Amino acid sequence: MLTLVIFLPLAAALVLPGVPRRAVPWTWTGVSATELALVVAMWAVHGTGGGTSFETDVRWIPSVRAGYHVGVDGLSLPLLAMTAVLFTSCAVYSLRQTRRVRAYAMLFLFLETVCVGLFAALDLLLFFVFFDLSIVGMYFVILLWGHENRARSALMFFLYTFLGSLVLLLGFIGLYLGADPHTFDMTELTRTPPFAGSSGLAGLTLLAVGIGLGIKTPVVPFHTWLPPAHTDAPAAGSAILAGVMLKMGTYGLVRIAMPMLPDAWRRYALVMLVVGLVSVLYGAFVALAQDNVKRLVAYTSVNHMGYIVLALGAAGVPGGDADAQRLAVTGAVTQMVSHGLVTGALFLLCGVLHDRAASYDIGRFGGIARPAPVYAGLVAVAAFASLGLPGLSGFIAEFQILAGTIGSGTTATAVTGALAVTGILVTAALFLRLLHKVVLGPPGELTSRVTDVRRPELAALVPLLVLSLLIGVVPRVLLDTIEPLSAMVIALVGR
Amino acid sequence: MNENPADLAPELCVLIAAVLGLVNGLFLPRTQQWRVAVICAAGLVAGLAAAGVAATRADLMAFDAFMIDPITHVTRIAVLGSTLLAVVLAARPVHGHPRESEHYVLILLSALGTIALGATSDLLVLVAAYLLASIPAYALAGFGKDAPGTEAALKYYLMGALLGVLMLGGVTLLFGVGRGTGYPVLRAGFADAPSAAVAVGVVALLAGLLFKAGAVPGHFWVPDVTQGAPPAIAAYVTTVPKIGAFAALYRFGAETLPDGWPVVVAVVAAATMTLGNLAAFGQDNVRRLLAYSTVSQAGYLLVPVAMAGRTDLAEPAVLYYVAAYAVTNLGAFAVVLATGRDDLAGYTGLLRGSPLVGLSLVVCLLGFIGTPPTAVFVGKVLMFGAALDGDYAWLAVVAAVNTVASVFYYLRWIVPLFGRQPSCDTIHPSRSAAAVAVAAAVVSVALGIGSGIALAAS
Repeated sequence: MLTLVIFLPLAAALVLPGVPRRAVPWTWTGVSATELALVVAMWAVHGTGGGTSFETDVRWIPSVRAGYHVGVDGLSLPLLAMTAVLFTSCAVYSLRQTRRVRAYAMLFLFLETVCVGLFAALDLLLFFVFFDLSIVGMYFVILLWGHENRARSALMFFLYTFLGSLVLLLGFIGLYLGADPHTFDMTELTRTPPFAGSSGLAGLTLLAVGIGLGIKTPVVPFHTWLPPAHTDAPAAGSAILAGVMLKMGTYGLVRIAMPMLPDAWRRYALVMLVVGLVSVLYGAFVALAQDNVKRLVAYTSVNHMGYIVLALGAAGVPGGDADAQRLAVTGAVTQMVSHGLVTGALFLLCGVLHDRAASYDIGRFGGIARPAPVYAGLVAVAAFASLGLPGLSGFIAEFQILAGTIGSGTTATAVTGALAVTGILVTAALFLRLLHKVVLGPPGELTSRVTDVRRPELAALVPLLVLSLLIGVVPRVLLDTIEPLSAMVIALVGR
Repeated sequence: MNENPADLAPELCVLIAAVLGLVNGLFLPRTQQWRVAVICAAGLVAGLAAAGVAATRADLMAFDAFMIDPITHVTRIAVLGSTLLAVVLAARPVHGHPRESEHYVLILLSALGTIALGATSDLLVLVAAYLLASIPAYALAGFGKDAPGTEAALKYYLMGALLGVLMLGGVTLLFGVGRGTGYPVLRAGFADAPSAAVAVGVVALLAGLLFKAGAVPGHFWVPDVTQGAPPAIAAYVTTVPKIGAFAALYRFGAETLPDGWPVVVAVVAAATMTLGNLAAFGQDNVRRLLAYSTVSQAGYLLVPVAMAGRTDLAEPAVLYYVAAYAVTNLGAFAVVLATGRDDLAGYTGLLRGSPLVGLSLVVCLLGFIGTPPTAVFVGKVLMFGAALDGDYAWLAVVAAVNTVASVFYYLRWIVPLFGRQPSCDTIHPSRSAAAVAVAAAVVSVALGIGSGIALAAS
């Protein structure tokens, strides 16, 4: 079942060359919707219990004990669902796409397989295969359908994240060699953490894994590839890159770094706290200074991903209150889902703006609410969701993160948590400034070109924001699924 | 002592095919010389079958000089398979050439020498195999009789002769201090030999083998031969002799040196990959670009060689990587032959003009980078694993940094493929070369996904 879910989009991509051109966008949307239905069905079967469902373990390279081992649990299911939602939205959004539609759809279906496979992988080598392929896929999306400096941005994206992936590979091989017996299997590595008794090597491995995943997340100072890649990527590409692919980094931290290197994680928890805090503040302040709306959203991603790293760091601080730490991890996973939905929506909204006026410059717009009221409403909702207004998903996530971080009761977490609250303030300021300049205010030179959202765009955007609202109002289903997992993670880190 | 000729069946198949090809070539009219290609290909196929059968049997030593073990099995299969593809690639360009039959025979003899190079565990046979692998290749490099070909052949020959003489000197020295030429004897003899003399001998021996492998400092011939020789021959000499050279290097390191030779080979490996990558950056000629890419790949291949005897991962790493490299490299050269273009700009829009060939090239180039799930990816994982397990983390880091750097020039070739200007509409890819390219790309992906089966078999 899970294997079918993983490879259904790829299979669809392979038969797409035989589909008549006019049917391509609808086929793409149909496959993505089917995928979404399958993921929801899996979630329904799994329920809110702990443990792993839909496990498949086939030997792949037995001589290094790597296998095709996949399964879903409380951590992967919310992310899989978010991935499927976002890909479906991108498919709907791209119904009007005219440039090389077939190749575009094939590439996105390929990327969907890669992202779903990554969140389902329970083997380090398999995880890495999907991790690396996501880079290749996104490179071609930026290169072939991007704007302005696309070749340069795509190359920078490839080189930077590829370097990260190789460092990650070295870390994985370190985990493999540190385990006794050598294995790439995540379940076994989690059960008996490698490097029993050699803390120096465990620290080095955590460094490699941390840098590898940190580049992907991205955390300051490894974030410099992100703004150009986002600015020049097509809207749907940006949505996937920010919504799904950034999660690969933080997902890896929760899935791999914390349970497999618990000693090292506890020892360097303070580093994670500081890195998270710096990302929160730096991302927020730099976003405040942007004039390009897409760069602005990109930097808020750095800010939002910073909260996740902060929470995961707090979860590792020795002597912290376990209940609060659990809350922080739950918040971190909620934030991954929430950020995926909201930032995906924000990037698609940026895409609408670029589609109409071919510009992202905040200064050249203004008073959009008059010619495009629905669009303005959507921007407002997405901005409020992103800044963490109660009633929307961002609030649930950030509240849990900050409450968990500050509440875990050590001086370090209390100080970093309190400082991180200022990040929310800055984010609020920058989104209000954005709303003030673009949506309200006097009309700008390009405002006349902005027409209201068309039907496919609306159909793509509304579900994302409705889901954010649902999580904000009735978060129970999501939290019930995540909580057994976060309890397990805290127990594993505390070993 | 085992002297059963049947143990050398794959080598004998190649030898018989070469002799039959030569004799037939004497009597066949010029238009009928393609029959020699058929004979040679049949010999290679028979050799592959024999090698496949031999791989299922237990390890043994034949004639006191040939180890029939996993290293030999992989060498045989990789060399015979690559040579078969090279013969297919060469068939069209050389058709109707006055020396058509000699062309195939020379390829086969060189391949025979390459197999012997990888299979032998005796220094004297190693020298003989080196000469048998090299001398036909010199002639092949100058086969076009044009100025670049002549220059390439001359450079190739002079380099080979110089480093071959050095190697001979090294062998003499090692024979003197180790009191024998067989590897088991040498291993015992080195234990109480003066270490300086052994070191000098080993370094001199390395010179010859590094020349065959196309690694620093024996790499100077690679770009000139790749650019100057006929493309099919360029594909052959940058692929096949390396297989034997790396097998021989690994075997010598693992079987004779009790402490291995990590430092010297590790430094050579780091220098080779770095130099190859740096030199590849500015190339606009795809054949030169591929030449430097093969140099850098040789650097990665030397990493597990350096770890010989230090980790269990070294042997699967070197064998898997060398086979994966051979397939990928032949695929890339097959695309060059199929399109007949040497300049990067000539590849603009290839994916539109001939999607299958273009896609094969993309797969092969991404394969060189080590993108999963291609074969080189598995080789690279094993290579990194061998370096880390052998406590050479710095070498793994150097290899990782070089891999990232190499992305840059492989992408320089990939990007134009997606371009719009249909400068490729004049290109009508040659059928056989396109088929080889597609086959190589498919095998590359299949070897990556099915790596478990392949590794279990070796």
